[in-house]
Amino acid sequence: MWAFNPSIPPIKREMPSRYRLEGFECHDCGFRSLPPRQVCPRCGSRNVSRVRLPRRGRVLQHTVVHSAPRGYEFYTPYVLALIELEDGTRIFSQLTDVDPEEVTQGMEVEAVLRKVRVGGHGGPVAYGLKFRPVLER
Amino acid sequence: MREVYVIGSGLTKIGNLWDKGLRDLAVEAGLAAMEEAGVDSVDAVFVGNMMSGILNAQENLGAYVADYLGLPGIPAFKVEAACASGGAAVVSAAMAIKSGLFDRVLVVGVEKMSDMTATEDVTSALATASEADYEMFWGASFVSLNALIMRAYAQRYGLREEDFGWMPILMHKNASDVPYAQLRFPITMEAYLSSPKIADPIKLLDSAPMGDGSAAAVLSASERRDGEGISVALVGFGSATDTMALYTREDLVELKGAKLAAKRAMEMAGVTPRDLQVLEVHDAFSVMGYLNLEALGVVEPGKASRLIESGDADRSGSLPVNPEGGLKARGHPVGATGVYQFVELYRQLSGRAGPAQAGSPELGAAMNVGGTGSNVVVTILRRVS
Repeated sequence: MWAFNPSIPPIKREMPSRYRLEGFECHDCGFRSLPPRQVCPRCGSRNVSRVRLPRRGRVLQHTVVHSAPRGYEFYTPYVLALIELEDGTRIFSQLTDVDPEEVTQGMEVEAVLRKVRVGGHGGPVAYGLKFRPVLER
Repeated sequence: MREVYVIGSGLTKIGNLWDKGLRDLAVEAGLAAMEEAGVDSVDAVFVGNMMSGILNAQENLGAYVADYLGLPGIPAFKVEAACASGGAAVVSAAMAIKSGLFDRVLVVGVEKMSDMTATEDVTSALATASEADYEMFWGASFVSLNALIMRAYAQRYGLREEDFGWMPILMHKNASDVPYAQLRFPITMEAYLSSPKIADPIKLLDSAPMGDGSAAAVLSASERRDGEGISVALVGFGSATDTMALYTREDLVELKGAKLAAKRAMEMAGVTPRDLQVLEVHDAFSVMGYLNLEALGVVEPGKASRLIESGDADRSGSLPVNPEGGLKARGHPVGATGVYQFVELYRQLSGRAGPAQAGSPELGAAMNVGGTGSNVVVTILRRVS
């Protein structure tokens, strides 16, 4: 049983945000977030535009998932994190290439393209930008 | 505007009820509520449910429940607001009565979870309360999002691991003599501290169990006094939303939707937090129970664990909290939970809570939380005598 639709159009539609961190910026209150929106959820302004968000940031909060939803069992234990990007935008993603025990608050991370889930047996593969510790600056 | 009274209630036992399906549960609770109310017809049915489409391959629950209740022809609706579906159904029914369109309405909350036997599948279904494309996509379970909240809350107020244990310990103690509760046994702090982590820092014993159950209530524009001349009125209700995803909030530990819903309900009822004498809060996870108490304004931010630890929230305390065991131990059949809370509050105020009776409160509130606080319902009941 899959609580997501294993078809290609929803994967394709979200590619700009999941592959390139395309989000939105509100020109009235300055709020930035993913994915692109038509209306700012903070101030209600429609004076918004698309923006590419930076690919580096730091871990604000994280958790280690031991009991996963269907389709993610393979990755357990995995780390989910609230990440603050270099411009202050907060996003949510999975960490990769790191031992869950070694994740610390404030750890610097960078985006890297990874497989996220497979839609059923032989179904379409969804990719996205996970985050890994910054190896060198 | 018209008043709304609660005139009857019914509920089923909560647990893995292998011999009862979705319709059996809804009918058992619905008929019990109508019997207690002394009525054999209602003007409409509102069904609170979150996941029947995913878990039971059954949608169109309004018609489904009306049909099996033997109420052909009546208007019937399913109301969905994730874990706050039950509360949202109560509020929808109350609005329908206040509008003058209906005089007597049945609210049924129901969730049948155990037919989906693999934990991963139920975890997936529950995660649909979060944002599918930008939370769930990354593998977020509902527990993991609450884990982020718990860690931020603990850091903000300098709380230790055991501070979170007081909530489930009290809930298990309260549920131990409640006949319909799912987990009727006490737990110790040692058991809490050594229970396994599901999503760090949330432990198994921070979390409400999965279970099947149904609760129902009859709301009416007409008062119905019992033998002792007591009736119970729904004097206030409020609903509010917050951002769908946790990552777009300014502050992880401020439940803005919960605060707004509480404010709206209290304004309608004309009461302040200090007037409340019994509470039903949404302790799906220990931290969520604490945040509910703070959003209701009955404790200062960061002090909820002390309220529980002090004994003030016991059945015999000055402000009983979840005298029937809350989501943690009475159980959390998701879309039914808000109606369980509402029924329990009604029974507390009418003196019919049996072993769970916590004194003789005259005013109480229930807070039902959907998602990570993205949709919240607060109801306030008052005893009229």
